[in-house]
Amino acid sequence: MAEETVIVEEKKEVREREPLFSKKNKKLITDPLDENNPVTIQVLGICSALAVTVQMKAAVVMSISVLFVLLMANISVSLMRNLIPNRIRIIVQLVVVASLVIIVDQVLKAYLYDVSKELSVFVGLIITNCIIMGRLEAFALGNKVWPSTLDALGNSIGYAMVLVVVSFFKELFGSGKLFGMEIFGNATEGTGLYAMGYMDNGLMLLPPSSLIIVAIYIWVQKMRNPNLIETH
Amino acid sequence: MAVNKDSNAYTVTFAVILVIVVGGLLAFISNGLKPLQDKNLKNEKKQYILNCLPGNKSISRDQAGTEFANFVKERVILNYNGEELDNTFMSSDQLLDDKNPNDAFSIDLLKEYKTISKKEERNYPLFICQVDGEKYYVAPVMGKGLWAAVWGYIALDEKGEKIAGAVFDHKSETPGLGAEISQDFFEDQFVGKLISNESGYKAIEVNKPGSPLNDYQVDGISGGTFTSVGVEEMMERTLSVYQKYIKNLNRS
Repeated sequence: MAEETVIVEEKKEVREREPLFSKKNKKLITDPLDENNPVTIQVLGICSALAVTVQMKAAVVMSISVLFVLLMANISVSLMRNLIPNRIRIIVQLVVVASLVIIVDQVLKAYLYDVSKELSVFVGLIITNCIIMGRLEAFALGNKVWPSTLDALGNSIGYAMVLVVVSFFKELFGSGKLFGMEIFGNATEGTGLYAMGYMDNGLMLLPPSSLIIVAIYIWVQKMRNPNLIETH
Repeated sequence: MAVNKDSNAYTVTFAVILVIVVGGLLAFISNGLKPLQDKNLKNEKKQYILNCLPGNKSISRDQAGTEFANFVKERVILNYNGEELDNTFMSSDQLLDDKNPNDAFSIDLLKEYKTISKKEERNYPLFICQVDGEKYYVAPVMGKGLWAAVWGYIALDEKGEKIAGAVFDHKSETPGLGAEISQDFFEDQFVGKLISNESGYKAIEVNKPGSPLNDYQVDGISGGTFTSVGVEEMMERTLSVYQKYIKNLNRS
């Protein structure tokens, strides 16, 4: 499905200038949000969707980090696409992604120390996020810089959407908070809803609950868009 | 370009150039950001020490960097028997130097915890603080939780018998479960608990939540048993050393 994305042909002689946001380019951004969502349809990058969704704050920072890494990786691989030797292209992509991740990690440690503490190992694990290598291999290697940029934006926003939705439910029902603010009252002091005997669902804090939420997300998505239902 | 992109020479050249460029870039960035990262780590340590003192919970990391000397008057390194090591007693006039192995502030407890297996051979840094005319001893503790290290800073009163404040933190405990040890509701329970009875040192117990508590017990975290056990273990192992030192100091 990912390979459907139209490859911009390189005709040097009679090249008509495409408008920056042509229909084709717009689709690059909107497709990954719904019909070709990297997490719910392609089922890529699911590992981090399971692990960093306990708190919304961490999920948002993770999404921003992935956006940065995917954007820069797509742009740099797309710039080098005519130079990269075919035989070591995966290694080259890996080197690009790994160095970007290290840069993100270092910058977070220097300027956003608290956030970097919260994300700890997960920043390093961006390297293994299949979405990034997938987009590099399937798109950036064969397309020009501008479409690659849009593709990166679309996919990382699609990824972010799922992360934010999952973390919303996990944080709300797991610890009664959103972005660390108490929504249902204070559990230890027994105020708000807790006064009436409400209890947080501990399962929501553990990775398996993400699978359930992602599954419900896919269900709703396919209910709304019958094109996505597989027929075989 | 009339270069054969499939040739070995091209592939090798490309790889070499890429690695050199990327390596140089990373080294440059890492070097540039190092001072800021070190400052963050140092200020965090200062923040822990100040936060466990009574009434100082809200001091931020940046404030801690500048306020540190106003609270921490003396620092010293002890051995396992609670004796001062030579040349390690320093007052706040001597600037913090994290390169000087005689400076209590330079001791990397995590490193010692990992590399020195015998507790008798480890260093025990102690920070002697003053808040509103009262003297407090801040003792760092280090142990392991479920996934990785957990640590804390415990403020003891002048007699070395009562806990006046505690902060805990962790590397990667489960959010919502073990990670709750760094929350106020857990830390505040320790205030006023005793670590000493008639016969001497008595360790704090971290219990299953729900049961009635005496002066030596606090509620653990439900669902965070391993982390709670880690907290109990590191306090039990370490605080006796500091208590010995404080008692001897008060006797003489």
